[in-house]
Amino acid sequence: MMRAYAQAVSARRARVMLGAAILLVLIAMSARTSEVDLAVFFARIGSVGDYFDRLLRLDNGQRVWTDLGEWFWGLGRWSRLLFDTLLIAYLGTFLGAIGGFCLCFVAAENLTKSRGLRFAARRFLEACRTVPEIVFALIFVVAFGLGALPGVLAIMIHTVGAMGKLFAEVVENIDMNPVEGATAAGASWTQTVRFAALPQVLPNFASYALLRFEINVRGAAVMGFVGAGGIGQDLVESIRKFHYADVSAILLIIIATVMVIDLLTERLRHRLIGAAR
Amino acid sequence: MLVLEGVSRRFGTKLAVDAISLEFGGGGFVGVIGRSGAGKSTLLRMINRLVEPSAGRILHEGVDVTALKGAELRAWRARCAMIFQQFNLVGRLDVLTNVLMGRLNKVSTARAVLKLWSDDDKALALAALEQFGIANIAAQRAESLSGGQQQRVAIARALVQEPDLILADEPVASLDPRNTRVVMDALRRVNKHFGISVVCNLHSLDLAREYCDRLVGIAHGRLVFDDVPAALTDSIARELYGLEADDVIEAPAAAPLPAGVAVAAA
Repeated sequence: MMRAYAQAVSARRARVMLGAAILLVLIAMSARTSEVDLAVFFARIGSVGDYFDRLLRLDNGQRVWTDLGEWFWGLGRWSRLLFDTLLIAYLGTFLGAIGGFCLCFVAAENLTKSRGLRFAARRFLEACRTVPEIVFALIFVVAFGLGALPGVLAIMIHTVGAMGKLFAEVVENIDMNPVEGATAAGASWTQTVRFAALPQVLPNFASYALLRFEINVRGAAVMGFVGAGGIGQDLVESIRKFHYADVSAILLIIIATVMVIDLLTERLRHRLIGAAR
Repeated sequence: MLVLEGVSRRFGTKLAVDAISLEFGGGGFVGVIGRSGAGKSTLLRMINRLVEPSAGRILHEGVDVTALKGAELRAWRARCAMIFQQFNLVGRLDVLTNVLMGRLNKVSTARAVLKLWSDDDKALALAALEQFGIANIAAQRAESLSGGQQQRVAIARALVQEPDLILADEPVASLDPRNTRVVMDALRRVNKHFGISVVCNLHSLDLAREYCDRLVGIAHGRLVFDDVPAALTDSIARELYGLEADDVIEAPAAAPLPAGVAVAAA
């Protein structure tokens, strides 16, 4: 018996070793094809430190915290732009959530019996979330010109795709007994969704929408890189023009804002999920 | 009058319901009896079209309900209300809204989605709850109720559908003995007071004998008994229930038989 056990253990160990070996080979192969060179990494790592060092110096060579007024000279302008960024994220999340909400029930296997309809809804959602926001933003900037509108549209479309899928998964996990009860009472599909499915999924939907809002604030912060509104425009300009102190100031403001939103939404989400139980 | 003509249902290779022909209606209280998995539930669900028959027809007042589609199918479902073992209420909605869901077939989708119930509908729903002595809990969430209360809410929902027929699928199987009485009495009240035909799947023979005025026995998907309860002898009951016979036959007549004999007879 001891021998059989030892054999089983060594067989398992051999499988783990084999798996680890394969993993290492794959890492080496992918590093080679994508030209990730450790030698370059270690040779240049110092310049990253240099860059951070310069980020924390004012134009006169002093450390940034020695003169906060000089460091955050553009606070008023940046706050306005950050507020724009938040609005872009908010509107994009809101409109995207509505789109995802409308499509998630069609994409859910337990509610939509028609394979064709479900297939169409799912592929559409996939298309929406596969293309990165920044690419949509670039396209819309060409179509609608510079400003916040392309940013909102880009975030909205990506959000439709991301939330539609998450929502559909929530819908697929509901208790089907109430759905059966409504159907058996002669309710139409829309009525069944409204009364039997919606009350079960609403807290989770709200929770996912808040999570998405936080993600979208980060997404909206770089929309300005391609001229689609918000703080990103100033950030990318500061980076390109080597205004080091401005870069660090703007990054700090963005990080602080995202942290605050993260804390607030997390509290709300815990409440919502608590209510769902 | 509801007529089943050679209705069958196949799940994979298993024939759950095998060419059953029956007639229901006329305000009776019909009990459908048989062991678990005999096909009782499938039979009831086919009448409401929650399950599609593989073969055969179901006619209601001459209309083939197995051929109905869309709005006509929904109207038919409203006319043959269903009661479920698990109550199938929406736990997060209040009791009155759950009852009002029985009106969904008669209100427009736009009004329903916005929950713009008419005063008449609300009065009807409250009156239905009052019938079973639970109008005082109309504002409570359905999930906060006991099983017996939930099933009475479900019966109130069925009642506001103004159905010709109520199909009850094991309505008391998840209830304790006291609530079993309360719920069966509520069904009897619907039957006697409003003249609505009730077809009720029951596992317990005692309840079937007490409440029903006609019994339909099903074994292995086939109709094996259809008569008044008095005609159901112990030997037929044993044939119906097989090994489960001793669990369901608690009447004195069965008591003298030792368990071993009953098993052998099955």
